[in-house]
Formats: sequence, structure tokens, C-alpha cells
Amino acid sequence: MSKKQCVVDPAYLFFEAVREPAFITGSQAVAEAVKRANVDMAIAYPITPQSESMHLVGELYDKGFIKDYYRGENEFAVMAAVHGASLGGGRVFTATSGPGTLRAMEMFPVWAGSRQPIVCAFMCRGVSLPPSIQPENIEMGMLLDTGMLMFHAENAQDFFDMILQAYAIAEQPDVHLPAGVFADGFFVTHTREKVMLPSEEAILPCYDPSRAPVPPLDMETPPIRTVRDPLLNKSNFISYAANASWHQEVLAASERARKYINKYMNGLLEVENPAARIFLAASGTAVSQCREAVRDLQDEGTDVGLIKVKSIRPFPAEELAAATNSADLIVVPEFNAGGWLAREIKACLEHNSRVVAGPRVFGGMTMPKELIISEVKRALSRKIAGRI
Amino acid sequence: MSNKIITPVEEFFDILPQEYKDLVTQGPYFEAQGISKLGSFKEIVEEHPHCAGCGVALGIRLTAAALPAAADTVIVGTPGCSFFGLAQTAVNYATSAFGNQNAVASGLKRILKIRFPDRFKDVVVLVGDGGLADIGLDLTLHSWFRQEKIATIMVDNELYGNTGGQESGMSKQGQLLNMAPKGKAFPKIPIFEIAKISGCVYCARVTVASPDKVARAVRSAVIIAREVGPTYVQMYTPCPTNMKFPPDKTIETARKAEQEYYSFEEFITDEAARYLELYK
Repeated sequence: MSKKQCVVDPAYLFFEAVREPAFITGSQAVAEAVKRANVDMAIAYPITPQSESMHLVGELYDKGFIKDYYRGENEFAVMAAVHGASLGGGRVFTATSGPGTLRAMEMFPVWAGSRQPIVCAFMCRGVSLPPSIQPENIEMGMLLDTGMLMFHAENAQDFFDMILQAYAIAEQPDVHLPAGVFADGFFVTHTREKVMLPSEEAILPCYDPSRAPVPPLDMETPPIRTVRDPLLNKSNFISYAANASWHQEVLAASERARKYINKYMNGLLEVENPAARIFLAASGTAVSQCREAVRDLQDEGTDVGLIKVKSIRPFPAEELAAATNSADLIVVPEFNAGGWLAREIKACLEHNSRVVAGPRVFGGMTMPKELIISEVKRALSRKIAGRI
Repeated sequence: MSNKIITPVEEFFDILPQEYKDLVTQGPYFEAQGISKLGSFKEIVEEHPHCAGCGVALGIRLTAAALPAAADTVIVGTPGCSFFGLAQTAVNYATSAFGNQNAVASGLKRILKIRFPDRFKDVVVLVGDGGLADIGLDLTLHSWFRQEKIATIMVDNELYGNTGGQESGMSKQGQLLNMAPKGKAFPKIPIFEIAKISGCVYCARVTVASPDKVARAVRSAVIIAREVGPTYVQMYTPCPTNMKFPPDKTIETARKAEQEYYSFEEFITDEAARYLELYK
């Protein structure tokens, strides 16, 4: 927070504040979000394609927008250090990509289990081997059950908005969970687009650790003999039950986040052309590619709708079921080899043979609209032949 | 933490557990007690599930009693035997993932400095040899390189105790242990020497056979870390369970080690010594 900034209500910042256009990259959008997020401390470690955003966050520190910043020694250490800063009652920010995400993996369930509202940006890329710095989001599939909230940005505008919204959602006392904001690397981080930005003088209210459901680690609350963290298992039923109930509470907190996602993010998903019987369902930049495919298919006379999944955790299972209730076909294009989004969608829909898991591209391959269109047409011909 | 925070209002005093009332009225929060008074005040570490004769348990008890300002001390730990006693400590304590303690402490210390700019919040890392010198070595060293103002204390039992007595980097060369079926092939990691050249402004090597030295080392390390730089205390805490000696021989084992290879040593920079003088 710099001297010229003043605190505003989060909903005002997201929906009402006057916005001006800026022609910026996704990395710059991250820094613009952090500038307005009233962050106490950010910790950085370089990895492509994340690095530029954390350079820019470092410049924010130099200019007085955040109070502390340093380069850590590796991603596990960085995620541990933001954990420490969050334990101490501060609002923190960091970011990483692909192999860095996996290097730090052990810390994500720790963040969730210790109920800390850490916000981390993930600029998704390939993971080794073979090595790839190119965009793909397989790391999201590996994070689905860490307990953290997960939001997937389609473009730089989403990336900017979702980082700010993530703080507002994650820090609610009945949520108080970490939030990952994901964008597909390079496509979002390294391309310029028009992003509508509110004034940099309007910022989120500061984090108030006294509202946290678990007390901060600052020796400012009456001390009792208890650990701040989930129980260490001993071999007895009470320990198992205590441990299990703690995990259940993490899951319940994620469920309670839904109302705040609806409030601050206008829903867990967006549906275009809801009356369609054929849908493309996607998250991240695959949504943009789907928009192109939808346009061409509609020009050809095929009525196709689009479902943009914004919240991956919690997952909009009921919303998806309602949106596709009358659909004959749901095609799920993805930027990863595993097809985690299609699995998620299949798991929550009746008659899930309607779901086509593909096309999928990875290793740096792009997803031309023609690839999506041909997948739709192939699926339609199979359907006519009675195989779907 | 002010006295006001922990002192219950009169209406609630009766319903609070005796344990809490004792901590408020006879605890070490607002008047440092020190190890010479052990047994006469309510300690912040009392009951624990460590094995009989555990050197680590003793090391933790001595450390806790020697803290110069328990009311404003937070302890960061790591999985392993050291967790057991500390999990029941009556100061704020956190453990998260194995070996990440000095990174956690780095973020914690910095944020407490931001939130409480006019007060000292002592951040103490208290972990075993495996967490500090094996799996967490890079994070330990980098916190020292970065000059994080943390006191790092190793309770060195020369093995992985909690997992069943495996070789650690701090085990003695030649020692037969699990995962070292032919005896350990290399010497103890010279972490004490490494600390001196890695940015620590105060280092002390002690054993639980010398409680006065432990207390002096802990107090010095915590005070100096407030403003001067990182500090390191390495304490031998022998393990009767895995080293197969009787539990009443812990002090004797530590004393023998102190005479043979675990000698008392203290290193302090001029700046740290001048700073410590202010607290005499």
C-alpha cells in the first residue's frame, strides 16, 4: 500500500470502480492486481514463464506498494516462507510454473490444512521429461485434491480480476483457504491485450488476522497447549477421528466458498447460448479457442453453446448438470495430455457418454479451432451412427 | 503479548483448567525463570510422549526454560522426535513439512517485524539433526546466507529416531544403524563449522550434560538473533532407544561425548558480543 492509495470495498473494486483500458501482458496484469491487493509480502523464485510477473512485483516493493520481498532459494522454500508469513498474520503473494509447482507440491496441502488464505498464481507449463517450457496445464490436474481453491483464467483480464477476487474469497472467515489462480503460460503471460483496470489508488482492505478461524502465530492470543497444525497421527481412534474431521472441515470450507465465488466472480461458470444441444466446455485459454470454433460452427448452421468453467475447486458440478440437462453432446478441449477437466465433467453428469474428452494438445502444440470443429463433427457422426 | 491478554477476567477464572491458571500465575511469561529454578515454576513444556531417558526431551525442556522472553517467542519445528514435546508447548508452535523450518521461520520473522515494528518477536527454530542438516540443509543454509534474524537450534541425537533409528548425516562414522548395515561411511556433517562461515554471528556447541551451558547458549542465541543476525546452537541429545543404552545413562552418555568429541565451543562476532553486553 503506497501513500496515495485508499481502501475500498472489494465489490466496488470489482464491479463499480471506473476502469480504463491498458494494453498489457498477462504478467503485467498480475503486477497490476498485486498493486491493488494490499499485499504485505511477496517472495519470488524464477521459472519460465512466471518470472516476469515476479520481477514486476519486485518493482512494486521497490516503489513501496508492498512491505517486504525477496528471492527465495527454490520453490519448496518459497512456498514454505509464504506459509510462515501467512502463519504470522500477513497477506502474501507468490507465483510459479510447472516444475516449480511440482517442486513445491508438499506445501499446498500444508497451506490448506493450516487454513491459510495464501494466493498463488500459477503460469502453467509443461513438466519434465521431456522438458518443455511451453503452455499446458497438466499441473492443475495434479493439484485438484490439495484442498486449495482453484480458479482458471481465460485471458489477462481474468488473471487480473481473479487474483483480486481470490483474496476476497479466500480470506472469508468461513473459508480461509489458499487459492491458486491459474493461467496458461505464454498464451496469457506473454501476449498483450486490452485489460480494463480500475484506478491504482483503490485497493482491497488489508488482511485482518483477528478474523481468522485459527489464531495467527504471533503470541498475541492466550497460550494453550495445542499445536497450531492438524494432529500428528498416533495409533488410536481419537487421533484418526480428529485428523479426519479436520480434513472434512477443509472440504467443507471449500464448499462454503461457493457463495463468495458467486458474489465476487459472478458464478463458478459462464454459459453462452444455453438452449444449445451441443456444448463446448473448457477452462483457461481453451475457452478462447472454443469461442472461435463456436463462431465457425454457427456460421455453418450447427447450433453450439459454450461453457466456461472458471472455478475448478470447488467444482461447479450442479451448475454443469443444469446447464447440460438437455444437451446431447459435450466436447471438452484441453491443453494437457491427461484430460483432467473431462474426467471432472464426466464424474458429475448423468449419461456421461455424452462427454467427449478431447481434443487435447500438449508439449507446446497449439489448438487451432479446426481441431475442435473436427472433433465436434466426428462426435456428431458417431452420434448419428448410434455410438454415443 | 501483554499480561492483560492471558489474565482471565474474574468471572471466568473458576471455569478455566487448573493448567491454564497455573500458566498465568506461575508461568515464565513475564519473568524469565531460567533453568536454575526448574521444578519451581510452571514450565511451557511439561508432559510429553518421548521415550524414557530421551535426550531430545531434555534438550527441549532446557531450551524452553532458557528462553529469554517466552511471552513473545514463537517456535518453528519439523516432523521427527522433536515434534512430540514441542506439540504440547504453551507458546505458539508450528510444524509443517519435513525440513522447511528455516524457510517458514524466514517468512514468519519478516511478517512479525512488519506487524510489530516496535517489539521483538523471537523466532526460534528447534528441530532435529535430520530435519536441519539432511533434508532441510539447503533451506537452513540459505536462511543463514540471507542473514535472517532467527535462532536455529539443533537437538542432535545422531540418527533418525522417530522413523526407527536410521543413519543421518550427523551420525558418527562407522556407526551401525538402519540403512547403514555396514556402518556409516562418512563423518558427521561439519554443520557447526559451516554455520560459522555461512553468516551465523553466534554459534554454540553443547550437550545436555551441561545445562548451564545449554541455557547460556540458548539465551545468547535468541537475544543476538533479534537484531544482529542468524545464530546457531547445536546440542547433543543422545537417544537411548535407538543407541541401545539404558535410559538412566543419558546424561552419562552425553558427558562422555562432551569429553571425547562433542566439546563445548562458542563462536561470536564482535558485533554480536557488543550487542549481548546490552542485556547483561
